[in-house]
Amino acid sequence: MLSIKNLHVTINDKPILKGLTLDINPGEVHAIMGPNGAGKSTLSHVLSGKPGYEVTEGSVTYNGKDLLEMAPEIRAREGVFLAFQYPVEIPGVSNIYLLKAALNAMRKHHGLPEVDAMDFLTIVKSKVKLLQMDEKFLYRAVNEGFSGGEKKRNEILQAAVLEPKLCILDETDSGLDIDALRIVAEGVNSLRSAERSFLMITHYQRLLDYIKPDVVHVLADGKIVKSGGPELALELEERGYSWLEGQAA
Amino acid sequence: MSGAAYLTEYSGLAASLPGLDLPWLQGFRNQALQTFAVNGFPGNREEEWRYTNLSALNKTVFAPSASQVVDADWLNQYRLEDAAGVVLVNGQFSASLSRLQDLAGKVSVSSLKQALQDNPAWLESRLGQAVTSAEHNLVAFNNAWFSDGVVIEVAAKQQLDRPVQILHVVTQADALAATRNLLVINEQAEAEIIETYVGSVDSYFTASVNECLLGSNAGLTLYKVQLETEKAQHFGGTYLKQARDSRFNHHNFALGSGLARSDIHSDLDTAAECSLNGLFVAGKRQHIDNHTRINHLKPHGISREFYKGVLDNKARGVFQGRVIVAEDAQRTDSEMNNRNLLLSADAEVDTKPQLEIYADDVKCSHGVTVGQLEEKSVFYLQSRGLDEEAARNILTFAFANEMVDKVDNAELKALLLEQLLVRFPAISL
Repeated sequence: MLSIKNLHVTINDKPILKGLTLDINPGEVHAIMGPNGAGKSTLSHVLSGKPGYEVTEGSVTYNGKDLLEMAPEIRAREGVFLAFQYPVEIPGVSNIYLLKAALNAMRKHHGLPEVDAMDFLTIVKSKVKLLQMDEKFLYRAVNEGFSGGEKKRNEILQAAVLEPKLCILDETDSGLDIDALRIVAEGVNSLRSAERSFLMITHYQRLLDYIKPDVVHVLADGKIVKSGGPELALELEERGYSWLEGQAA
Repeated sequence: MSGAAYLTEYSGLAASLPGLDLPWLQGFRNQALQTFAVNGFPGNREEEWRYTNLSALNKTVFAPSASQVVDADWLNQYRLEDAAGVVLVNGQFSASLSRLQDLAGKVSVSSLKQALQDNPAWLESRLGQAVTSAEHNLVAFNNAWFSDGVVIEVAAKQQLDRPVQILHVVTQADALAATRNLLVINEQAEAEIIETYVGSVDSYFTASVNECLLGSNAGLTLYKVQLETEKAQHFGGTYLKQARDSRFNHHNFALGSGLARSDIHSDLDTAAECSLNGLFVAGKRQHIDNHTRINHLKPHGISREFYKGVLDNKARGVFQGRVIVAEDAQRTDSEMNNRNLLLSADAEVDTKPQLEIYADDVKCSHGVTVGQLEEKSVFYLQSRGLDEEAARNILTFAFANEMVDKVDNAELKALLLEQLLVRFPAISL
């Protein structure tokens, strides 16, 4: 599904990712943990096509295609979804409008007709319920005046409606209290399937108590320095990151 | 001198203008003519005209036209079905196109020409009450040469059961349409009036002046929808006297013309309320100037002003908002806001909020922003599958739509949305 090979990325000529390699198979949930400044968010931004990053070496292949060649909107239509660490407020554009426009852009890309208005409403309302949100949120401007938890929940709502193949969660747990985290995690868990893969970027081991990963990676100084099963996260929780930093090869 | 050609060209015009037999009106026109003859059109050296160059008015001498030819189907797209309609074609009232039958009894609507014949004394005591030639020379120009217009009077305590639409239509190339309109809303009466400016030809000059007299506790909601064609020159001034406790709500949509200047000036008596909303959208080389003045003369007045501008290509926008609080106008509560969106590196906006406060117990604020679309918002929408152009259009539309959202008249709102969507194609929000 996703194959990242020896990825080097700079921002304003400053190297951030320094040879990152990572493979994700369909249905797998990977967690990337690491200290501040390791390059975790850079990875999510590069995968989603955010401007301002230069790939100087390496490749990213997504379902057999060169992901880095695609415009951000093409990546989205091909099924790559980024749940933002800091979701953007868009005054004047309602949630339901964005959901519909996004879904239709995706359907058009795949040669499907626009979604029927009634079907759409049924789909969206069921997802809203899943995330224990108030239907009123649909008619409010995207993220405007939302609390931190509401914004994160709204990102997962979008994922639930758009049904991506690869879902990148960029610090979706940061800023959430335990109740909000549980709801967001339930939403994410309900999206897990044999075809859908997840890349969870997180600072805290706590998220992994709720969303069980198949593989845990440690990102330090622009590279994956250690990979393992869920037990690795527990070890990190206990020992911190410093014992790994010397291992960057 | 700027405007000299008009003095020559129009020297024989007086004989064809209405009110020839009324000495007071001849005096009014002569005085205006003398004022105009001194300096001609306003120039950039005048502070209130610093950003707007009227030299195009000297390149073509626009001439009055008696033509009443209008393509009715074309005009229908701008008509509001639910409103009573007054149609002014090339500066002349059109009885055949106007639809006033629904308003009988509650309101008197007539052409200015007719009113000058029927009620000259009534007009004499009202014309020139809200603005004079001393304001600036485009007003003097209108005073000297207005050809016709509409006079609306709503009787005391009456409430119109439907809005009145005044359609200003120009169908003759290089024509001048100089109309003078008088809107009198007597005490405790209410009215909703929509003025729409359209043209079916490229080059023409609209020079229109509205005077509005609001009686005590009267309410007027006035919409201006300026959709002139891209080479048209537009001047439209609305000047008000608001008696105590009166309420004025204005919505100014400036979407058309090559060069447009809009004046909205109001004098507020005790506890009068004035709300000015505006949206100007310009592209190509369009120039749109909005000049507002709110004059708090007495205590307890409330004013709210909110203008938004969207400028693309090499367009230029101007917002000049002046709020004056007289020494006597204690407890005035005033807010002014102007937000602008520049869509290209060559677009420009000049914004000048001015507060002049002579009273000491007031609450006044103003704010101005000039910015571009936020790239993080564009990327956010792209990351959800929308292409960059669609993302930019949606964000621009959303910015402008805030002002359309304030329109209560559903039919007008639909017309405005249609106009916006042509400019920023986004799926309807």
